[in-house]
Amino acid sequence: MAMTETTATGLRVPFTLRVEPRLEVPRWLGAVTSAGALILAFVIGGGIIALAGGDPIRSYQHIFKAAFGSVGVLNDTLVKATPLILVGLACALAFRMRLWNIGAEGQFFLGAWGASAVVLIPLLPKTAPRPLMLLVMALAGFACGALWAWLPGYLRARLNVNEVVTTLMMNYIAVSWVLYWVFGAWSEGGFQMSPVFPKNAWLPRLTDYAGAVEAFAGLTLHLGFLFGLIAAVLVWFILQRSRWGYEIRLIGDNPRAAHYAGVNMVRNTVLVMMLSGGLAGLAGMSEIAGVVHRLQGAISPGYGFTGIIVAWLAKLNPFAVVLVSVLFGGLILAGREIQPSGVPRMLQGVILFCVIASDVLLRYRVRIVRRGAE
Amino acid sequence: MIDWIIVLQAGVATGTVLLFATVGEILAERSGVMNLGVEGMMLIGAMTAYKTAVLIGQPWLGVLFAMLAAGALSLLHALVTISFQADQVVSGLATNFMGIGLSLVLGEGLSKAGTVALLPSYTVPILSSIPIIGPIFFTNHSVMVYVGYLLTPAVWFYINRTRPGLHLRAVGEYPAAADALGINVYRLRYQYVFVGGVLAGLAGATISLAVSPGWFSELTTSGQGWIAIGLVIFAQWDPWRALAGAYMFGAVRRLILDLQGPQTLLGLANPFYYMPKLGFFLQMLPYALVILILFIGSREAMRKRIGAPAALGTPYVRGERG
Amino acid sequence: MPEPVNAVEMHGIVKRFPGVLANDHVDFVLRQGEVHALLGENGAGKSTLMNILAGLYRPDQGTILVNGQRVHFNSPRDAIAAGIGMIHQHFMLVPSQTVTENIVLGLDTPRFFLRLAELDRQILELQARYGLKVDPKAKIWQLSVGEQQRVEILKMLYRGARVLIMDEPTAVLTPQEVEELFVTLRGMVASGHSIVFISHKLDEVLAIAHRITVLQHGRVTAAGLDARSVTKRQLAQLMVGREVVFTVQKPPARRGEVVLRIEDIWADSDRGLPALKGLSLEVCSGEIVGVAGVAGNGQSELAQVITGLRKCRRGRVLINGQDIANRSPAAAIAQQIAHVPEDRTGVGTAPGLSVADNLIMKSYRLPPVSDGWVLNRPVIRQQAEKLKTDYDIIAPSVDVQARLLSGGNLQKAILAREMSAGPKLIVAVQPTRGLDVGAIEAVQRVLLNERSRGTAILLISEELDELMSLSDRIIVMYEGEIMGEVKPEETTLEQLGLMMAGQKLEQAQITPAAE
Repeated sequence: MAMTETTATGLRVPFTLRVEPRLEVPRWLGAVTSAGALILAFVIGGGIIALAGGDPIRSYQHIFKAAFGSVGVLNDTLVKATPLILVGLACALAFRMRLWNIGAEGQFFLGAWGASAVVLIPLLPKTAPRPLMLLVMALAGFACGALWAWLPGYLRARLNVNEVVTTLMMNYIAVSWVLYWVFGAWSEGGFQMSPVFPKNAWLPRLTDYAGAVEAFAGLTLHLGFLFGLIAAVLVWFILQRSRWGYEIRLIGDNPRAAHYAGVNMVRNTVLVMMLSGGLAGLAGMSEIAGVVHRLQGAISPGYGFTGIIVAWLAKLNPFAVVLVSVLFGGLILAGREIQPSGVPRMLQGVILFCVIASDVLLRYRVRIVRRGAE
Repeated sequence: MIDWIIVLQAGVATGTVLLFATVGEILAERSGVMNLGVEGMMLIGAMTAYKTAVLIGQPWLGVLFAMLAAGALSLLHALVTISFQADQVVSGLATNFMGIGLSLVLGEGLSKAGTVALLPSYTVPILSSIPIIGPIFFTNHSVMVYVGYLLTPAVWFYINRTRPGLHLRAVGEYPAAADALGINVYRLRYQYVFVGGVLAGLAGATISLAVSPGWFSELTTSGQGWIAIGLVIFAQWDPWRALAGAYMFGAVRRLILDLQGPQTLLGLANPFYYMPKLGFFLQMLPYALVILILFIGSREAMRKRIGAPAALGTPYVRGERG
Repeated sequence: MPEPVNAVEMHGIVKRFPGVLANDHVDFVLRQGEVHALLGENGAGKSTLMNILAGLYRPDQGTILVNGQRVHFNSPRDAIAAGIGMIHQHFMLVPSQTVTENIVLGLDTPRFFLRLAELDRQILELQARYGLKVDPKAKIWQLSVGEQQRVEILKMLYRGARVLIMDEPTAVLTPQEVEELFVTLRGMVASGHSIVFISHKLDEVLAIAHRITVLQHGRVTAAGLDARSVTKRQLAQLMVGREVVFTVQKPPARRGEVVLRIEDIWADSDRGLPALKGLSLEVCSGEIVGVAGVAGNGQSELAQVITGLRKCRRGRVLINGQDIANRSPAAAIAQQIAHVPEDRTGVGTAPGLSVADNLIMKSYRLPPVSDGWVLNRPVIRQQAEKLKTDYDIIAPSVDVQARLLSGGNLQKAILAREMSAGPKLIVAVQPTRGLDVGAIEAVQRVLLNERSRGTAILLISEELDELMSLSDRIIVMYEGEIMGEVKPEETTLEQLGLMMAGQKLEQAQITPAAE
């Protein structure tokens, strides 16, 4: 028996490489592969930039400065991250149960619409106290998002209709719905936007307190960020410490075992979809009431889809979602200045591919086996 | 008044786009791999075809390059899902993002190009004189439409009456059995995912060089890739049903436009003419229709006990601890 | 006269999988025209060895000779080209395709066009030659298990296989079908084929084989024994390495009240065909009622109806007087019904969750595991540790993923979970399938303990020996109906076999009824 193996290049080496299924997955490996994937994606992205004639190092330096270089841009990054946190949580929650909610974008729009409806119909008088107004707007946003996710959830639960397609179709319908109102009943002066919301429908921002704290001047970070953080803690708690979370994790791991254990599949499917939609709807409300302050056709640069990538990169962990959202918020902010406009989207695709390709390392490992041993 | 012949004729024309994309995805899914990146692949196809036509002036070359470009993108999905066994849904979404992003980046400035050489259209002599059928199916159609007529029965025959088609079905239903008999499951899946990509590219080229010529960034495909995925389920993975569904959808898209034109509809005042904002609801129609057909399709499937290829969506791992 | 060349020779075969040495320098010789049995427990390495011969796996070391020629198989295709075909335990047939399509699957001819009529005819000719009748145009899902097995055999014969490897072929057959199979095998041997017969069933091996090779833990403990001169006891010892007790000591039954009463249940299988046809039975506390029958005669559906996993069209399922038919699994769990499912990994556990999380699958709704909405993590851990000790579950800790556990330990975990809830009724389906002797003993001990504590037990099993030794009463199911009920001490395997094949008890009397 030969004790050495001849490789393709003719070298004699005393070992072979064997790829075999991994038996145990160390906790830290997920974070490492995600980080590695991100680095790989940036390298690839840099390569594409270079091919297009740019300078990758300078581009990345520029991006970093544009996203994190000063308190001002950091503030803007966090503002961009806010809806991502909520949408990322929405997707992470649904994905935990293997419910592919691709409709976060549409649920976002419906949430924005719902919050706007409170102000524009109006459901509350203009003079309503601010906390009440904001509370009702938040509830409306959450409810509309939840409702929008209800139909795909129900169809999936009862009839096993593919939720990827249904949630996606609902996205397109949602945009048309909002456009109808923005061009029509709520249009201001015939333009495709609603009138600006009164001040009591604005989420408080840091800059509102510049009188008390000078450093806050000009910082537009708003209460929605806090919504996001609280939601992250809540989602973590639900998943890890509650009965319902146990059922969600069980269904996600093995639906047949969940059925055998007496878990109500239909009810859980619908509830999780609705909670997921509600979080995305809340993101819409937060963006409307915290940043844009009016309803218009363009309120999302694809938050609903970026949220999917955020959730996947965060390996569906609620706290990681917050971190990744900040990172992507920075990318979106910096990306606004990058030409051509398709680059951020393409980078998102590259990142997602690298992440899912790196997942293979969680399932297999490469072992070095000494020949002749054992 | 609405001219139904025109609507149906337009339906066949735009439906051909959906037909190519749907049949391509049917082939991929029959082998067991779901590719949700159809929208991205179609967009890459549309952009590549148009750009080639603009730069080189040869539309047929554009079609070829479109097919290759989309096929190449699909190979990325194949690599990740077949060899790395990643989740097919997420990989499909990634394929989508890549396709859309790349198209936007490489298609920058394309919409400002001037006139472009397009694919030819033909009217079939004799057949086009048949009342009703003639104008709808054989008159003044892009050559791609006729390709569609030939593609559908060919694919049906391939799947059901040939040896490679038998292997395709086995790989999607019970890959372990196919593997034990010496069929290379991995290679066949790569092949059919690639074919799915190629056909999606063809669909994209059909849009930009035939049916709705031009480049309008993401609006070029406006969700047709996703409709195709819904149609695959409606078609129950059969090319003929895909044909019927695709043409029907094409007709609906045309109908939406036509409904907003005339002042009267069925003798009554046309609400879409007098209140143009209602047009937004019409725009929702194709997407709502997809949900409806999925709903109907699922009930039918439950009744008749038909379903997807049994191994669809699960990566094939040769069981080592058998 | 020169020695006839051996059909197959395997020398020094070594095969490793992550964590286990499946074949440890195994030698195996198959002579021309013989039936050679490969005997061993589950996990002994028999299937692995034959999978190597059939080209599915590649050996880490060792050589293979076919008809005296050294061969190297890279894939099943190479093995089939060398005339070696394997018929697997779990049939590799595509359910939605026809018999003919399955038989020609993977072949290089016909090159492109499938001429089905022509192929059907060829198949019929082949069938006539070997006496294996089955309709070429039928779809696989429409066929019985015995017929499907015939398709598998035809598949190999069509490809010109001279050596046939049969992996546990009788696991799914009635005793009568087993006899038919043996007749077929003897016929094939007479026309020059050689057969490897993998099994763990001593009686069958002694009935059909010319020579026997025994594997234990990946090693050969006896090679090429003459089947005529060896006893069951000797074989059993070679298989497990110690004296095996063939019966279990069982205290007398103490029957109490009726716990489970099933009245006239009608239910359908997944395919929509009737699986249970007006079935009625009773189980009392403190007794084990065994359900015998070849797999596929409604036993799975029976267990599923009782535990709420399947709807029934008619009938009642009464637990302590409450009708739980057509309600949910949660209703059954609330009535303290424990279910040890057939499918350990697919239904009984969540492989990606921790062992502790698996252990609370049935108890997570109630205190002390949960407190209202919130789970009490310290209590969960504490209980899990205790169960791990009590049931001797071997695992690095209760926090590791359940997928890491071996079959035996997984089953112990499932038992621990189900028993710890203090059930009134246990429905155990194939509880010892695929386990080694040590684990089997452990499982059977648990069941007998529960019986002594007054739990009612419904034991569904394909192992007649197990049913005979554990049950107080045995019910035989055939095609969704009960053929008869007997006491183990008053029946024979032959009588059970007859009932399993469709004879009602009255027709299956072997001696005149001595009332």
